[in-house]
Amino acid sequence: MVRSILPLRIDAAEVRRGGARLIGPIDLTLGKTDVTIVLGPNGSGKTSLLRLMHGLERAAKGRVDWSIPEADARARRAFVFQTPTMMRRSVTDSIAYALTVSGTKRSHARDRAREMARKIGLAHALDRSARVLSGGEKQKLAVARALIREPEVLFLDEPCANLDGRATREIETILADAKARRTRIVMSTHDLGQARRLADDVVFMLNGCVHETGVAESFFSTPETPEARAFLNGQIVE
Amino acid sequence: MNEIVEGLLAAAGLIVSLDPELVDITFRSLQVTITAVVIAAAIGLPLGAWLAVMRFRARRLVIAVLNALMGLPPVVVGLIVYVLLSRSGPFGVFGLLFTPTAMIIAQVIIVTPLIASIAHQAIRDLWAEYHDLLISLNTSKRQRVATLLWDARRALLTACLAGFGRGIGEVGAIMIVGGNIDHATRVLTTAIALETGKGNFALALGLGFVLIALAIAVNLVIHSLSRTERSGIW
Amino acid sequence: MMSRAFLVLAFALSASVAMADTIRMAVTTSFENSGLADVLLPEIQEELGIEVQLLVVGTGQALRLGEAGDVDAVLVHSRPAEEAFVAAGHATHWREIMYNDFVLIGPSDDPADLASADTAAEALDRIAAAGAPFVSRGDDSGTHQKELALWASADVDPESLGAAYNSVGSGMGAALNTASGLNAYILSDRATWLTFGNRGELALLFSGDPALFNPYSILPVNPERHAHVNFEAVVALEDWLAGPRAADLINSYTVEGETLFVHSAVPR
Repeated sequence: MVRSILPLRIDAAEVRRGGARLIGPIDLTLGKTDVTIVLGPNGSGKTSLLRLMHGLERAAKGRVDWSIPEADARARRAFVFQTPTMMRRSVTDSIAYALTVSGTKRSHARDRAREMARKIGLAHALDRSARVLSGGEKQKLAVARALIREPEVLFLDEPCANLDGRATREIETILADAKARRTRIVMSTHDLGQARRLADDVVFMLNGCVHETGVAESFFSTPETPEARAFLNGQIVE
Repeated sequence: MNEIVEGLLAAAGLIVSLDPELVDITFRSLQVTITAVVIAAAIGLPLGAWLAVMRFRARRLVIAVLNALMGLPPVVVGLIVYVLLSRSGPFGVFGLLFTPTAMIIAQVIIVTPLIASIAHQAIRDLWAEYHDLLISLNTSKRQRVATLLWDARRALLTACLAGFGRGIGEVGAIMIVGGNIDHATRVLTTAIALETGKGNFALALGLGFVLIALAIAVNLVIHSLSRTERSGIW
Repeated sequence: MMSRAFLVLAFALSASVAMADTIRMAVTTSFENSGLADVLLPEIQEELGIEVQLLVVGTGQALRLGEAGDVDAVLVHSRPAEEAFVAAGHATHWREIMYNDFVLIGPSDDPADLASADTAAEALDRIAAAGAPFVSRGDDSGTHQKELALWASADVDPESLGAAYNSVGSGMGAALNTASGLNAYILSDRATWLTFGNRGELALLFSGDPALFNPYSILPVNPERHAHVNFEAVVALEDWLAGPRAADLINSYTVEGETLFVHSAVPR
């Protein structure tokens, strides 16, 4: 049995850019919950928090510690961006790329990539350039590229922000399937409906800090802070 | 004006009759410049990618030097290579002066900064796009460079073709290090210089048109082989 | 991997050039432009089995190539420079092979009236007096040195001619192209003039003064200085050039009906 990379402990961490503080200080522990949703208004620091956790941002102050050394933990996380980067490659090769760079043989990687592409509904586009796909297809490809390495933790930064209802439902189906196969999901969204559908735990961000955390059920029914209550009521929170 | 028509006729005559001397110097032009471009690409493309991906103290300086070297006068390169390869120079023992190898060496020096500089610009833009993805996939620096080189291959092909253009039309350096020896180091451009010196403008222009046709043909062949400008967006 | 393969290829290329019995000889543009090489080289290849590769450069650069050991022999036409070259030990000796002559070219309406001059010095004097434009090679070649010597014998400092004196610093053909464009006077070797294709308004106006004779000598590069030179082959070439077969070919060589060279070597 491989040792879990969780829990993740964030201790008084700050992300700075050009001297200005983007987020922090953050204190947060991420346990083995199935789906954690990061909620909050635009500019509250959801993206920066996810990037900090995945190691795309360095903590200027404080610490970010996984339960095993970062060098080993890094390979067992994956990240899906709000605007997915499409490589100048076919759909199959784009997904296979995530495997070949971690040492899988190319032919085997392509077989598995095709299988994955079919499973998520890209069977019709295997040899098409990734850059000519529709917005929904691109995001499905990005999720497939992240999942094919079978990460223990999958981060998604507003993956459905630019998608219509149907594409959003397809992404959610894929995520439900991943959850069923024990992938822990950490996802930011500003779509309350989506948060209600998916969340087991909630992290509520405001002004670059974690404002409230809790189990989804109680957060949505009885939030502790007035700001969270206002946010859930659809009011503008600053 | 009249001489241009005569030049076109001379070019047509040379090509139709497959003039053996023309075939000889055309083949040598291609041999020298294509070999030089392949070597320059093997150096310049990874160098351009490396400069785009790496962050180190002297990076700006290296890029500035590279851009400046693009404008290096071939005649200066020729002179430097001549001094180095001369029998009384440091590499004289190899006896490379006045051989196609010497011409290739000079052209590699002329073409490499051009290819590296264009490659750097293309890859820098692609790197800005790929940065987060490649970092998030936990790639090594080597893998990043390899990925960028492969995915930017069309722009890099253009860089190589620009290098080919500069090499095939170059006369200053190869005249000095090759010596324009008949049947040994004479190429299209040095033959043009020679015929101009003799006042044979029609023949010189004819060779010039052959050179232009050759450059266009090489570009077309490369593009059709690589299917650029044909399929959709990649 | 790839670059290594090409290095191997490059060395293979260089090796194939050095294999055959080959002589590299630096010659002046005037010799190459005469077309005589096209007659002599195939004969040399056939009779001696030696491939002569010509590097066509100015006299100054030819001597420089010999000094550096980059050629096996030098064939030039500038006696003072040749003597200095031998004295400095760069060549074992010089040996005169043949001579041709220089001619004065100018606008066909001849404003300086060169046609009625008796000597080359007088002809140059007339150009200076008429203030007519003159093109000089200005490249330290044998022709340029000859031109300067002629100005000196005419007691004219070419620098005093001002804007009329155009020093172009290039080869014979390029200088003739300039003279044709400017419709100017110029000193040329006869061979280059006869084969020159862009004459425009220019015509041959003065020739025949012995002061215009132009002897060509071969200088074998000193093997004690440069062990790699093909000295034996150069000696064979020199003897052949001085011999009767070369004399026949050189004396009977004509361009547009005119004899260009007179064989003047003495067999050993």
